[in-house]
Amino acid sequence: MKRLARHALFWPTLTLLLLILVSAIFHPGFLAISWQNGHLFGNLIDILNRAAPLIVVSLGMTLVIAVRGLDISVGAVMAIAAVVAALMVGGSFSADGEVVSEHPLWLSLACALAVATACGLWNGLLVVKAGMQPIIATLILMVAGRGIAQLLTGGQIITVYYPPFFTLGNGHWAGLPAALWVAALLWLALQLLLSRTALGLFIRAIGGNPEAARVAGVRAGALTLCVYTFCGLAAGLAGLIVSSNVKSADANSAGQLLELDAILAVTLGGTALTGGRFTLAGSVLGALIIQTLTSMIYSLGVPPEVNLVVKAVLVFLVMLLQSPDFRALLAGLTRRGNTAR
Amino acid sequence: MNRRLLPLSITVLLFLGMAAFGALRYPGFLSPQVFLNLLIDNAFLCVVAVGMTFVILSGGIDLSVGAVVALTTMLSAALLNAGWNPWAAMATVLVLGAAFGAFQGLLIQRFGLAPFIVTLAGMFFARGCCYLISTESIPIGNATYTAIAQARIPVGFGGSLTVGAVIAVAVVLVAMRVAHSTEFGRTVYAIGGGESSARLMGLAVGRTRIAVYLLSGLAAALGGIVMTFYMLSGYALHAVGLELDAIAAVVIGGTLLAGGVGYVAGTLFGVLILGIIQTLIAFDGTLSTWWTRIVVGALLLLFCLLQRLFEARSRKAA
Repeated sequence: MKRLARHALFWPTLTLLLLILVSAIFHPGFLAISWQNGHLFGNLIDILNRAAPLIVVSLGMTLVIAVRGLDISVGAVMAIAAVVAALMVGGSFSADGEVVSEHPLWLSLACALAVATACGLWNGLLVVKAGMQPIIATLILMVAGRGIAQLLTGGQIITVYYPPFFTLGNGHWAGLPAALWVAALLWLALQLLLSRTALGLFIRAIGGNPEAARVAGVRAGALTLCVYTFCGLAAGLAGLIVSSNVKSADANSAGQLLELDAILAVTLGGTALTGGRFTLAGSVLGALIIQTLTSMIYSLGVPPEVNLVVKAVLVFLVMLLQSPDFRALLAGLTRRGNTAR
Repeated sequence: MNRRLLPLSITVLLFLGMAAFGALRYPGFLSPQVFLNLLIDNAFLCVVAVGMTFVILSGGIDLSVGAVVALTTMLSAALLNAGWNPWAAMATVLVLGAAFGAFQGLLIQRFGLAPFIVTLAGMFFARGCCYLISTESIPIGNATYTAIAQARIPVGFGGSLTVGAVIAVAVVLVAMRVAHSTEFGRTVYAIGGGESSARLMGLAVGRTRIAVYLLSGLAAALGGIVMTFYMLSGYALHAVGLELDAIAAVVIGGTLLAGGVGYVAGTLFGVLILGIIQTLIAFDGTLSTWWTRIVVGALLLLFCLLQRLFEARSRKAA
């Protein structure tokens, strides 16, 4: 039992199970999953589907945090990717009543992802080459990014009329939401890449001590650059999922405050904010915890505004539990209690 | 010239350059009231940014200030509607803001937590509390508040300032004095310059760091009161992104993000530059508001790169 409790994923899993249990108690039928219209249907599936963009962003954020970085521009990058895709796909009615896209769908999606990747590369260059603090380097894109997205749209919400574009956010493959497949595949690919190659080890080394890693022969700069670039790509992918889901792109609200949720998901999952120690599975669990919490708050009839306060209290608690000083304080208190008895 | 004054002088020159550009390009730009309006429209930002200056000088960051401003407007409105004495309401929100900041400082100092994540959680918490009070905008009809909001203080040349702008100027003056000629101010610079050396010098690092965040919370609450005068309403969506504007103003004002180097006066010019960008865009009339964000982002980039250059050169000199 003690060994189980010490496992990195023990606490996030327990939290998630508790949240699901509470939801199931207060909301009978919460756990029910049925087969409707050729795909699985139910609250749990809905949570998985809605958590997909956050999972994708959290995966990128996990790696950035693992190399002692931070990316607060992911929300803005999501908005840029969504706007690029929506503008390029567009959609108009041809003479025979068919909806045709402005540019081929694959080209539009590829362009959106390429722009998002370039955004990530930009962040990486500022951090690695210019040597800026990550939070400030990405702050620049966070501030300017939404401005650029609004510039592209002219301040309008871009509506997409071309149905194949909606698959990513609304479609189903083999009975499960398409967005969930995308998130799961990305996670699996990343997990394999990091555990089967030395990349995971290198990232841990950089996070543990960048200078030592460099001296030991790890190409810390190039790898950190790659990690930021990947984070941009992941944010772009999440932006595509969200805009496909709402069939439009809003430069102002797409990905709003998502950077905070992503950091929260990564923290809840057990990744150390000081770098070096990371777990991708933990971040996926963290994202699911946040989405379950949101869904629970809605289904309990509690005003959704409470959500923010609950999230804040959660972060405070998790942060304190991660802090060695706080643990020492707690240990000191319990020891004193024992001797008093 | 003193090397440390270089970033500040670039900022001042940039402001003068932008003012000259506006004066040449748009008729009516060069009137005293246009410049006084910079202070009036950005008074709350100025107050908040001064608090942020101390935090950044100490090597930290405070992301909760925008949310604390919003919570202050919300609390003020709710307290006034509940029939509180306006002065008691102001005192209450100031005390609460300071307590909130001190709590964050305590977490950062006592448990060694990262400032950005603590204040990020604080930001969630304060915004969430706004929504708990109300999701709607609450108008303020209190006689004292409306009187203060409408009061105009003539400053000569046919120009006038609001009470909020006067508060902002007073805050800048007091903060300059505190930063440059008190023990607290020197300790803040010392912590930003190197925490372990500050500790070895026997400075009260822990107490000062908590005080820095307390000050930032207090400044945010005062900024919230100034915003309440300006908007005459409490709303959970007031001051969204203000923390970013405040950080931008501090950085553009020449304060090093690594801490230890900077001037409060620079922050005032940082705020004025942010204000004059908006004024230029408003005078132009054809540019859209999102250009503000792009220009602010570009300026941030420029100043961060300048800072890196500056740091690299001083390291070489050393």
